[in-house]
Amino acid sequence: MLEVRELSKAFGGLKAVDQASLDVRAGEIVGLIGPNGAGKTTLFATIAGFHKPDAGRISLQGHDITGMAPHRICAAGMVRTFQITQPFARISVRENIMVGAYFRTADRHEAASLAEAVANQVGMGDQLDRPGSDLTVAGRKRLELARALATRPALLLLDEVMAGLNPTEIAEIVQVIREVRRAGVTILLIEHVMQAVTSLAERVYVLNQGRMIAEGTPAAIAENPEVVEAYLGHGAARVLRA
Amino acid sequence: MLDPQIIIAGVLNGLLAGGIYVLVAVGLTLIYGVLHIINFAHGSLLMLAMYAVFFLWRLAGLDPYVSLPLVTAGAFAVGFVLYRLVIGRFSHGKDENILLITLGVSIVADNLALLFFGGDTQTIDVPYAGDIIQVGAAFLPLPKVISCGAALLICLVLGLFMTRTDTGKAIRAVARERQGARLVGIDVEHVFAVSYGIGIACLGAAACLLMPTFYVTPQSGYAFVLVAFTIVVLGGMGSFLGAAVGGFLIGITESLGGLFLGEQLGQIGISLIFILILLLKPTGLFGSRA
Amino acid sequence: MRHLALAAALLAAVVYPLLVPNYLATVGMLMFFTAFIGQSWNISGGFAGQTSFGHAAFFGVGAYTSTILQVTYGWNPWLAWPAAMAMGGLVGAGIAVLSFRAGLRGSYFALITLAFAEVFRIAANSASITRGGLGMLIKADQRPINFQFKDQIWIYYLAFALCLVSLLIAWWLTRSRFGARLVAIRENEDAARALGIDVFTEKVKVLALSGAMCAAGGTFYAQKYLYIDPNIAFGIDKSVEMLLVTMVGGAGTIFGPLIGSIALTTINELTRAAASVFPALKNVQPLSLIVYGAMLVLIVARLPDGFASLLGRRRHA
Repeated sequence: MLEVRELSKAFGGLKAVDQASLDVRAGEIVGLIGPNGAGKTTLFATIAGFHKPDAGRISLQGHDITGMAPHRICAAGMVRTFQITQPFARISVRENIMVGAYFRTADRHEAASLAEAVANQVGMGDQLDRPGSDLTVAGRKRLELARALATRPALLLLDEVMAGLNPTEIAEIVQVIREVRRAGVTILLIEHVMQAVTSLAERVYVLNQGRMIAEGTPAAIAENPEVVEAYLGHGAARVLRA
Repeated sequence: MLDPQIIIAGVLNGLLAGGIYVLVAVGLTLIYGVLHIINFAHGSLLMLAMYAVFFLWRLAGLDPYVSLPLVTAGAFAVGFVLYRLVIGRFSHGKDENILLITLGVSIVADNLALLFFGGDTQTIDVPYAGDIIQVGAAFLPLPKVISCGAALLICLVLGLFMTRTDTGKAIRAVARERQGARLVGIDVEHVFAVSYGIGIACLGAAACLLMPTFYVTPQSGYAFVLVAFTIVVLGGMGSFLGAAVGGFLIGITESLGGLFLGEQLGQIGISLIFILILLLKPTGLFGSRA
Repeated sequence: MRHLALAAALLAAVVYPLLVPNYLATVGMLMFFTAFIGQSWNISGGFAGQTSFGHAAFFGVGAYTSTILQVTYGWNPWLAWPAAMAMGGLVGAGIAVLSFRAGLRGSYFALITLAFAEVFRIAANSASITRGGLGMLIKADQRPINFQFKDQIWIYYLAFALCLVSLLIAWWLTRSRFGARLVAIRENEDAARALGIDVFTEKVKVLALSGAMCAAGGTFYAQKYLYIDPNIAFGIDKSVEMLLVTMVGGAGTIFGPLIGSIALTTINELTRAAASVFPALKNVQPLSLIVYGAMLVLIVARLPDGFASLLGRRRHA
């Protein structure tokens, strides 16, 4: 579904992403992990059209989307969320999600009912009338997810939707993400919370210093010595196995 | 075609005016560089300082050059207090909010001037107003030469202050790395207030240097604010070198614009430069803002 | 209940000029007119969050376009009106394309609009087509076909109608996809882009709409006073007035500009009345702007939704 080939992006002299490639097949949940500053978010932003790549190619469902603007990529069926949540603070949750829903319809009532449906899907049906600024961290993460879902994407790019959540909230959102996939949306997620990645993703890519250093099942990745060394540093391999 | 002599005279006059512009722009760029505030009240505060100079002359008979230390110190105090009471307290969040707040301050200042001083144009008659010195074939008004020299001297002193004194070093530290400065124990809010005060003090000095050859009305602020912004944007927001080079360039542009296009149309050059810089090279000549 | 209040307000506005002396009818006209141009600012500055310091550019382009077409080319002013709006829209779109293509945001956009207005002002001061600083006079010929009225009550009703139309546009923005997108852009441009909004195009569209509305106000002004000059048309005072009434009344709300305009007009008239009673106060007219400047500071700092937010339910889009 998504093919990224040898994508590079530099800022100034710094190569944030260096010839990274990855594939996501329809119906999968794929994880992207890597130490801080590995270039995960830059890779995401470049795939989603927020940065123009210096080199490489991105195609979505067979169409070349390299260098396209975000709104056209959204039209092609791929949408991203933000690691640092970006709610529209002064409007309600319903109106927040409607902004996404309006991508598929110009009709106000249709957009509203779509927004409600999506809100129920992510478990915020009871918060529709609260202003975006009023939400807890978990609420904001869900809102990010809901707004993106309301555009009816085929592929969802989730940037650390679990960071900052407590274990109960993580368990809940993992459930929500599984439901979303069951509803037919393919998911690529950046994650720091290892446990969540291992329980959610079928395959994991590892990015380090802008380069893709490994790919495989979570279990295989955990065994990969290069990953353990590059990403996790000393002793952390045990954490992954746990 | 104009006589090259006239053009040279125009350039020289532009450079003289530019010297004072440099001082005004240095104040603005200092405030931006340290506080990241676009001080839209800059022109209006200059206007108020010019009225202060005017009234010191009218009521106390003080020559503008004599009142310079007084007005500069007063302007510092006004800036410091204004920062503590209004700007610093209210200016957070989106940058256009800060712009709106300083716009509000300038509206208040302009209309206070109109209320108390009336709309008339005020000038100061100094005995040396008509004195001329000859440089080659060009005749330059003595007060402009003095003012330009004094403005540059003040900039130099400010430069020394910024590099040699503890306060100056603290200001530069805050400008470069706010969080870091806070961590090493610098009272950042105090530095902000002092920086804003110094920025306004530059206006106090500039007002004294302007008044021997210039006039003041409640609208003077608006005339200066665009010039000051153009200089700072041309030089690069936050850059002192940029403010200096930009000040002279704009002085010359204004002078030659007036020469070739007439007093009215000549002013268009400044706004056009402002627009073109923002559209084509928003970092200006020496700026680093991405 | 709300409908009843609206109906009562409408009725009051309609009968008002019939009951009060001419002078007060003119005050009412100015109030609606200011609310109208304030609403044009509100649409781009309030709903879409693109703060402008130079809306006078659109106002002046409207005033000059219709006046030049009428005076120099003999157009009927009613026909020149849509042409003026089209020019205002074009200038709005043009400034937006240049500024947003260059990536200007926030303060920088505000300042560049100010510079554009200034360029127009200086150009109008020097060009022969605008008769330079002398300004342009429209020949008095008080027939409705000439967009001039013997009875000033019609000017009042026209201003009222303009204000109503602008309120309807604002109301539509609170209920339409376009409006929702503008608010999304105001609240967070990156998130808006991620959700498939073509931010650049939407911003150009809203500036075109706002510019066209503001230009319509310019033509109205020229027809009311039959005279314009570069400082009236393009001066910063007009830009500030539009911004002030909207910010004080409530940016991004339907009734903000109207509330701000009512308040500003009232303060203005009170100070003027005070001045006529106490000659010592003859200079107090700046007082209303002093109050307004201070209110702008307080509102931006403490009450970002303006006074409209104090009137019960938030009317936010």
